[in-house]
Amino acid sequence: MLEINDLHVSVGDRQILKGLNLKVAAGEVAAIMGPNGTGKSTLSYVIAGREGYSITRGEILLNGVNLLNLPPHLRAANGVFLAFQYPVEIPGVACMQFLKAAMNAQRRSRGEDEINTPEFMKQVREESEKLKINNEMLRRPLNSGFSGGEKKRMEILQMALLQPKLSILDETDSGLDIDALKTVSEGVNSLRRPDRAFLIITHYQRLLDYIKPDTVHVMAQGRIQKSGGAELALELEKHGYQDYISNEAA
Amino acid sequence: MAALQETVTQVASLDASAYKYGFTTDIESEKAPKGLSEDIVRFISAKKNEPQWLTQWRLAAYQRWLTMAEPKWARVHYPKIDYQDLYYYSAPKSTPGPKTIDEVDPELLRTYEKLGIPLREQEILAGVQTRKVAVDAVFDSVSVATTFKEELAKAGVIFCPISEAVHTHPELVQKYLGSVVPVTDNYFATLNSAVFSDGSFVYIPKGVRCPMELSTYFRINEQNTGQFERTLIIADSDSYVSYLEGCTAPKRDENQLHAAVVELVALDNAQIKYSTVQNWYPGDSDGRGGIYNFVTKRGDCRGDNSHISWTQVETGSAITWKYPSCILRGNNSQGEFYSIAVSNGHQQVDSGTKMIHLGKNTKSRIVSKGISAGKSQNTYRGLVSAHRKAVGSRNFTQCDSLLIGHSCGAHTIPYIEAKNNHLQFEHEATTSKISDEQLFYAMQRGLSAEDATALIVNGFVREVLQQLPMEFAVEAQKLISISLEGSVG
Repeated sequence: MLEINDLHVSVGDRQILKGLNLKVAAGEVAAIMGPNGTGKSTLSYVIAGREGYSITRGEILLNGVNLLNLPPHLRAANGVFLAFQYPVEIPGVACMQFLKAAMNAQRRSRGEDEINTPEFMKQVREESEKLKINNEMLRRPLNSGFSGGEKKRMEILQMALLQPKLSILDETDSGLDIDALKTVSEGVNSLRRPDRAFLIITHYQRLLDYIKPDTVHVMAQGRIQKSGGAELALELEKHGYQDYISNEAA
Repeated sequence: MAALQETVTQVASLDASAYKYGFTTDIESEKAPKGLSEDIVRFISAKKNEPQWLTQWRLAAYQRWLTMAEPKWARVHYPKIDYQDLYYYSAPKSTPGPKTIDEVDPELLRTYEKLGIPLREQEILAGVQTRKVAVDAVFDSVSVATTFKEELAKAGVIFCPISEAVHTHPELVQKYLGSVVPVTDNYFATLNSAVFSDGSFVYIPKGVRCPMELSTYFRINEQNTGQFERTLIIADSDSYVSYLEGCTAPKRDENQLHAAVVELVALDNAQIKYSTVQNWYPGDSDGRGGIYNFVTKRGDCRGDNSHISWTQVETGSAITWKYPSCILRGNNSQGEFYSIAVSNGHQQVDSGTKMIHLGKNTKSRIVSKGISAGKSQNTYRGLVSAHRKAVGSRNFTQCDSLLIGHSCGAHTIPYIEAKNNHLQFEHEATTSKISDEQLFYAMQRGLSAEDATALIVNGFVREVLQQLPMEFAVEAQKLISISLEGSVG
């Protein structure tokens, strides 16, 4: 489903990704782990199409479509979803209004009809119940004054409604207490399907206790250094990332 | 960065082509000779067959105006206006006065159709237009049509061109004209008093709730012609009226002067809601052309418990100089000012309000949202003052500015004067920018850069849009998007 080949990315003079290769199959949950400052968030932003990064080489294919040729909103319409580490506040725009605007914008981009209001309400009600999001919260301006846990639950609600093919979770566990972590994880697990893939970016093993990955990739120095199964995460938890960093230095 | 850059580029690329009301109507007109003199004032007065007192009133204003100087305190810059190089009267030749709709020149009807202003009552009644709004259409210097006059008359409401009211209701006009904005008020108001051409007159009798929205639609068509309309609205005791004003003008390379005066009088327990959607031609991307909008709008809460609220959505004009104000004379009276001022390109806006608390326990509320883009400058200037006797008065002011891009400016200049110790004035102000983070977040969810900007801006102005009648709020929302994106809607 997702295929990244020889990706080189720099910001200003600094090269951050140095020939990154990664494959994620449909139905797969892939975890990317690595030390801070190694380019994990850069990778997620580059897949989603954030400006400010210069891509000097390589390609990112989603079901054969090269995402690098598309503006961010069309990548979204093609099925890319990024759950932000720090979700952004948009004052004066109610969550409901934002959700509907996003769903309809994607539908229009794909040449589909807009969703009708009763169907929209039904979907929102169903999905928000699962995530323990109440009506009062849905009426508030998007993320304005939300707690860390509320913001992350709102991200997962958007993911559930937009039904992306590829969901990227960028440090979703940061700032969550154990209850919120469970709610969010359950939300993600319920969205797992054979035709969807997940890319879980995390620093710690903790989140992977709740969202079981099929594959784990160790990222350091702008590249994937090692790939393996779920057991690799446990190994990292024990030994840290030291091996991979010195590896590169040597 | 580049996402924002893209928006900035779009905004910068906005030119006259985005202004969709820029067409000209080819219609023969009758004009007074160029320039301003006592003779021209007499000419205008004679054209309208005015009574002696009004001619004298105009002449006194003209004499006064000769002794005055153009105000310089606003944060706007423009070349010196040559007042002798303007026409002060222009009327479509075929319509010497307001008539029934069937007699109105079809060319004019087409003009208003293009503007989306319904003038044919039967179409409105047949449901072609969904909402019943009575319209007074002012084309250059004269009113060309007023709809639903008869139905309004049944409720006792008078809604007609002011030139007509001078003849049909002289006692009301003479009593109230200039009673809120005196002849000597300011340079532009005094000029208007001397040469005002037409405008709307509204009287709501005691205890009447006006059965429909009233609306005046101003259109400047002629070249080198100043538009000086005069609106007078009187809400007698225990009455209510909601009134909307709209304005557009053709695209012209030279600047056109618009100096209007609006006077509102609210007697005991009366309420007036006055909304403006101002969309005068703003000039092209190089700052050529556009309307100079120097307007004096003031409401007098003359009676106890009276209530006046101003809501304005300002997107047009090269220069806006406008401070809709409330004189809170009656005890327990209330004044409100809700404003959205959007500036783009080379537009300059200096706008705000004055809340003059004179009576006891008077309340006022100011919510101003300024949005600046392109190379524009957007200033909020407001005065809140309380007289010695205005004990127990309260004001709440909130001024928020939103900047789009790096070449625009937002300025907030509040003046507060309190002459007693028993009052409560609050002022809040914020300035923010649409951040790259916000844009990228919304785009990641599927919105294009333009839609994302529009959504964020609409969130910013939501509080004020809620004050507009619903249909107009939708219109205003579209208008704001168009003004900011350069996309023809």
